[in-house]
Amino acid sequence: MAAPQQQKLKVNGPVAVTANRLADGAVVWRTAAGGWSTALGDAAVVTTAPEAIALLEGAHKRDTDAVGAYVAPVILGDNGAVLPGNLRERIRVNGVTFELPASTLPAA
Amino acid sequence: MYVYDEFDRAFLAERVADFRDQVERRLSGALTEDEFKPLRLMNGVYLQLHAYMLRVAIPYGTLSSDQLRRMAHVARVYDRGYGHFTTRQNIQFNWIKLEDLPQAMADLGEVGVHGIQTSGNCIRNVTTDQWAGATPEEFDDPRIWAEILRQYSTFHPEFTYLPRKFKIAITAAPKDRAATKVHDVGLRLHRNEDGELGFEVLVGGGLGRTPFVGKSIRPFLPVRDILSYIEAIMRVYNQFGRRDNIYKARIKILVHEIGAEAFAEAVEAEWANIRDGALQLTDEIIDDIRARFLYPDFAAVEDQPAEMTAALEDPRFATWYRNSVHRHKVPGYSIVTISLKPVGAPPGDATADQMDVVADLADAYAFHEIRVGHEQNLCLPNVAQKDLPELWRQLDAAGLATPNVNHVSDIIACPGLDYCALANARAIPVAQEISKRFADLDRSRSIGRLHVNISGCINACGHHHVGHIGILGVEKNGQEFYQITLGGRADEHAQLGTLLGPAVSYDQVPGLIEDIVDAYLELRASPKELFVDTVHRLGVEPFKERVYATH
Repeated sequence: MAAPQQQKLKVNGPVAVTANRLADGAVVWRTAAGGWSTALGDAAVVTTAPEAIALLEGAHKRDTDAVGAYVAPVILGDNGAVLPGNLRERIRVNGVTFELPASTLPAA
Repeated sequence: MYVYDEFDRAFLAERVADFRDQVERRLSGALTEDEFKPLRLMNGVYLQLHAYMLRVAIPYGTLSSDQLRRMAHVARVYDRGYGHFTTRQNIQFNWIKLEDLPQAMADLGEVGVHGIQTSGNCIRNVTTDQWAGATPEEFDDPRIWAEILRQYSTFHPEFTYLPRKFKIAITAAPKDRAATKVHDVGLRLHRNEDGELGFEVLVGGGLGRTPFVGKSIRPFLPVRDILSYIEAIMRVYNQFGRRDNIYKARIKILVHEIGAEAFAEAVEAEWANIRDGALQLTDEIIDDIRARFLYPDFAAVEDQPAEMTAALEDPRFATWYRNSVHRHKVPGYSIVTISLKPVGAPPGDATADQMDVVADLADAYAFHEIRVGHEQNLCLPNVAQKDLPELWRQLDAAGLATPNVNHVSDIIACPGLDYCALANARAIPVAQEISKRFADLDRSRSIGRLHVNISGCINACGHHHVGHIGILGVEKNGQEFYQITLGGRADEHAQLGTLLGPAVSYDQVPGLIEDIVDAYLELRASPKELFVDTVHRLGVEPFKERVYATH
């Protein structure tokens, strides 16, 4: 599958712009103030293609903060919470879906 | 082990210094991402879903204990305490920060390992049999030839910007443990009727979205001609391989489109121009490379010593011995496979502590040497049989003695959607759940040899096409679905699996695999008929009828 950055932009609901932080690759979200946040709740959420394109263009202006920006679907919860809109984004937000190997040995 | 010289060490140090400078310039903004990306990829650095990933080559799957210990150090200091061994004899660190990468590379470079040419459209890590140099079956140590190819292909200016990546695998034993038939070039080392050593050359194998089994284009190539012949292949590929479509750029597409015969003719014509030139290997060059491989000083010891036969009274040791210990070419020694597939764990992962344990055990019992196999397990190739009981006790204490090698829970799986930016579906949790379903090792032993391979997308890093049971994750309307194939195999009889039927949902996969295995137990001609042989005898229809009736 092509990465989201390589796909044609379609906006059929609420979306946000996401990327990876340059220094460590951490998942970040574009905020309304033109910055980046690691909290999805801080993301600027838009619902039209022109708004999404504007967010994306802003994200691309300076590439020393974050890289690989793309538009990702989000879901607006009942209480106004912003939630990831598909499995890929759920994994990016919540981490891998299994327990990471612990750096401890089983009891001998 | 191969002993690197001062040239190798100086070269790696310079390369790390270059990368350190490139990272600093990227972080300062002096380099754009478009400028930096190809530079990081040439050093094995990818940007995945949550973080940067560093892929480090383990040339022909051979590691020293010091190198493995250093990998543990990198996992512990710069990552999250573990590493992931891949199907191409590499290790991947999934959580490294860009700003830490130069120092991690410097630490690795001190022991002679690096990520160069583990990415990009170049000749990748040359892989081979993890039992090389130890198995009695082989005609020669294939690592000699893998090392010659490594030196030849590293930074080869003509082959740094190929149409696509290029993978070479070598087997020197009739039993192919290196999956040579599904590589761009597969080399099968053997002797001809006159006793001369040479290669059968296969081209155009590969998996991914368009899988092919490689075609033999030359039944016997004298070993001295290996570099000139590979160069001829590369030149034909470089000239005629497609660059207009990334999905049609691998050599397998070229071989398929023009036919193996026409491809072979083009190679032979090119080779005629260069075969007697500078690339012809002299005995002196071959002997020099061969001399840099230091072999263990094996003692003249008794085969089947009393220490080992007495330990076989312990049923747990006996079970592990029968599953994970293999015949060595030197009497009194054995090859030991270390399963990295404990029940319910991510396949191919080892914690930093486990890596240290294996390194220590290699020092104590295996002449400081470890191997990595494409099945994502480790191997100690040279263990005195008298030491097997104590080795087993210590492996067992570290969670490294699961006796499931080649069983249904010895699953090959790519990182899948949990890590990979290209994936459509998860692979690791699917493997974990299947593994748990077959946690009863008596049951899995009664099933016999059965390879389950899982890929999270069509790129097929989990080799699903050649799994006895292959599982391919796809995405449909935002949901994960999985296609199942049966009857694939990666060995000397390599074959692509046949699609069983419609894709099933994530939750249905483990039960479906259990049903397939139950069907096999009903259908097999005898307990000696392996799963893959039952599928070949009967086809997939009897399995389809039974499995889909219940799903």
